[in-house]
Amino acid sequence: MDTSHPSTEHGHPGYGTFIAVWICLVVFTLVLVGLSHLGQGAAVWGLLTLTPLKAALVFYFFMHLRYEGPLLKGVVFVALGTLLIFFALMFSDVAFR
Amino acid sequence: MVEHRDDFGSKLGMWLFLVTEILLFGGLFIAYSYMRARYPVEFHHAGAELNATLGVTNTFILLTSSLSMALGIVAMQRGQELWSRILVGCTVLLGLVFLCIKGVEWAAKFHHGLYPDSARILTLPQGERIFYGLYFSMTGLHGLHVIAGMGVLSVMLVMMLRGRIHPGHYTLLENGGLYWHLVDVIWIFLLPLFYLAA
Amino acid sequence: MNSSTTSAGMGFLADEGPRRGLMAWLTSTDHKRIGILYLWSMLAFFMVGVGVGVLMRLVQLDTFHHLVTARTYNALFTVHGVIMIFLFVVPGLPAVFGNFFLPILIGAKDVAFPRLNLASWYFYIAGAILALLSLFTGGGAPDTGWTFYAPFSLQTGTNVTLAVFAAFVLGFSSMLTGINFITTIHRLRAPGMSWFRMPLFCWSLYSTSWIQILATPVLAITLILVMLERLFGIGIFDPTKGGDPLLYQHLFWIYSHPAVYIMILPAMGAISEIMPTFSRKPIFGYTAIAFSSMSIAGVGSLVWAHHMFTSGMSEFANMVFSLLTMIVAIPSAIKVFNWVSTLYKGSIDVQPPLFYALTFIFLFCIGGLTGVMQGALSINVHVHDTYFIVGHFHYVMFGGTGFAFFAALLYWFPKMFGRMYSKKLIIAAWFPLFVGFNMLYFGMLVLGMQGMPRRYYEHLPMFHAGHQVVTVGSWLLALGLVIYLVALIWAARKGPRAEGNPWGGVTLEWTLPSPPITENFEEIPVIDHGPYEFRKGGQHG
Repeated sequence: MDTSHPSTEHGHPGYGTFIAVWICLVVFTLVLVGLSHLGQGAAVWGLLTLTPLKAALVFYFFMHLRYEGPLLKGVVFVALGTLLIFFALMFSDVAFR
Repeated sequence: MVEHRDDFGSKLGMWLFLVTEILLFGGLFIAYSYMRARYPVEFHHAGAELNATLGVTNTFILLTSSLSMALGIVAMQRGQELWSRILVGCTVLLGLVFLCIKGVEWAAKFHHGLYPDSARILTLPQGERIFYGLYFSMTGLHGLHVIAGMGVLSVMLVMMLRGRIHPGHYTLLENGGLYWHLVDVIWIFLLPLFYLAA
Repeated sequence: MNSSTTSAGMGFLADEGPRRGLMAWLTSTDHKRIGILYLWSMLAFFMVGVGVGVLMRLVQLDTFHHLVTARTYNALFTVHGVIMIFLFVVPGLPAVFGNFFLPILIGAKDVAFPRLNLASWYFYIAGAILALLSLFTGGGAPDTGWTFYAPFSLQTGTNVTLAVFAAFVLGFSSMLTGINFITTIHRLRAPGMSWFRMPLFCWSLYSTSWIQILATPVLAITLILVMLERLFGIGIFDPTKGGDPLLYQHLFWIYSHPAVYIMILPAMGAISEIMPTFSRKPIFGYTAIAFSSMSIAGVGSLVWAHHMFTSGMSEFANMVFSLLTMIVAIPSAIKVFNWVSTLYKGSIDVQPPLFYALTFIFLFCIGGLTGVMQGALSINVHVHDTYFIVGHFHYVMFGGTGFAFFAALLYWFPKMFGRMYSKKLIIAAWFPLFVGFNMLYFGMLVLGMQGMPRRYYEHLPMFHAGHQVVTVGSWLLALGLVIYLVALIWAARKGPRAEGNPWGGVTLEWTLPSPPITENFEEIPVIDHGPYEFRKGGQHG
């Protein structure tokens, strides 16, 4: 195909944004590995904080959620919210047995 | 039927499909946390047996493949089709590397007699058996998703070469990319659950 | 499907493309044709399920007790459950009437993804074939009950793996339909068709689709784990290996309780269409009904563990889930109140669809109220796993969804087939249906209160009389069903032509000819008023 199509850059993020996000992701992973050497407690805290943060970065930038309207954000919100409630209700059983 | 094109509609459909994938793995994460709450010590012991180096290497590979996928779409938006093809091709190749490393890891486990229902696993404490059961189910299902993602992206590559996907119409490529990123997100969770924090 | 002798004016029912006859139907992406494909395949499986059910009841009579062995009896109730749940009530109204009418009701030419829609039907048929195969291959028909409870489902030698895979494939069909409907409602509403101008059936389909998307994957993964367990012995649900059957029950009911709302919500939606049409009056409390659909979908997803009160959960969880169960009764009651209020001071025209819709309300109330009884922990402990439960969920699933399905079919039949049925025959079918239904399932409620456990092949002499009444009820019910179906099948082929708007309805489907043309609308309508405005927008004053 011809490459003479007009560039549709406006509104789209460039290469730099994604490379910066990737660097963040790599750094967070290294921190996670470091925490796991400090002991179980630190590793679990790392799991609970850094992992969702990494996932959020991928959702927000790589998956373009940042540039989408409220509907798609809402869809993801509903899915994650439902999952969280499932966890909470499940633990109303597991944690009190 | 009248041919009409609704790019946002197909993206919405794709996201709704991703919701089902999130909940599918969500069920497994619920099972994991349930069992972990029951066998905290055994999970810790069994987790120490896994090869964290391979797990972390694979994380870097998948993160990088996600990057090349995202860049491939930027290239497409800027009309640099050749770059786009190269970057999407890189994504597929990195997926393949991921699978090879995963294969090495599984093979080592099998070699040590660690696979579901094996004689050795039945001698382990119950909690460790469950850990390995979950490990094989979850990484296995994730592996299947990597294979599916590679299949989808290969089809995208062919469509790009045939000019069916081009800078004027690349929603399909975006949707394929969304799927690939989701596979990456799932691995982001699997890494600490099994290799680091267990 | 229909006689092609009078193809003039037969709209989408007449073949247009290069293909003719059956092939034209099997390759069509027209949502209306897909709806009718679902209708016939579903009714066929429904009748198989009915046959199995009647046979089960027969076995409880002394004379026929030795017709089947105890093991076959176990297979019978499993097959009855799997067919009725996964092949009839879950796809139920959305697949048939949702497919046919959702695009029309919002003023669209088709659903958002027509080819995916056809693929859903093929997934449905593939799942059905796998389910039927599981009966005759491997170790024989599964004998676990439709719930596939671990650990028995892991140990039995019967063909559980294939049956579970069939349910997985059927779940896939259901998810794809859900994705399709949500996208359709978001993207394809006609100009002016705002959210609160949508007919209530669309609202109910919207909330149903969300449950399909959010809950079905959890079932899928549960079934995958059962398969992995049976094939490789991963041990997660197997107590001998350290697994926990309670985890299976949690995961299973996280889907299967919301699935109950997948079954009932579209039924409620159809009733909300029928009530205003035959009262010649706008529906009472439009927004209340619309929001109650959404809140049923929301709260209904949070009550799953009320199936597990006697399974050994924590006391705290028992209380939490009991409370949530009571709360979900509120939006259901709001709907019943609104339907009945719609009749108040209306100009009521008792046609067959309204007749069946009113029956729905009556039977659903019994089903709902017995449900609230079981939501209370103290009662649940006593009636758990008795005929009381069986009676209750048949009141909801059959008296509710089943009768709403019949009512919806009667309501929309002239639109779908362009022909009218014999109203006398349909009313005649109602008497054995209604009497038989209540003998059968109210009898079960009583038997359950007396202590008759469900799924037992034998029963004590004290339950004898009860079982006889119940079995006779099943014959009457089956008779009513046969009359109903024969009347409709005959009408689909030979019935007199129906006019465009036989009931005087004001929603968009009644502005079209019967049956509609392939494109639905020659020109996409512009909507400037609400769905049930009988004076301003409708043809009838």
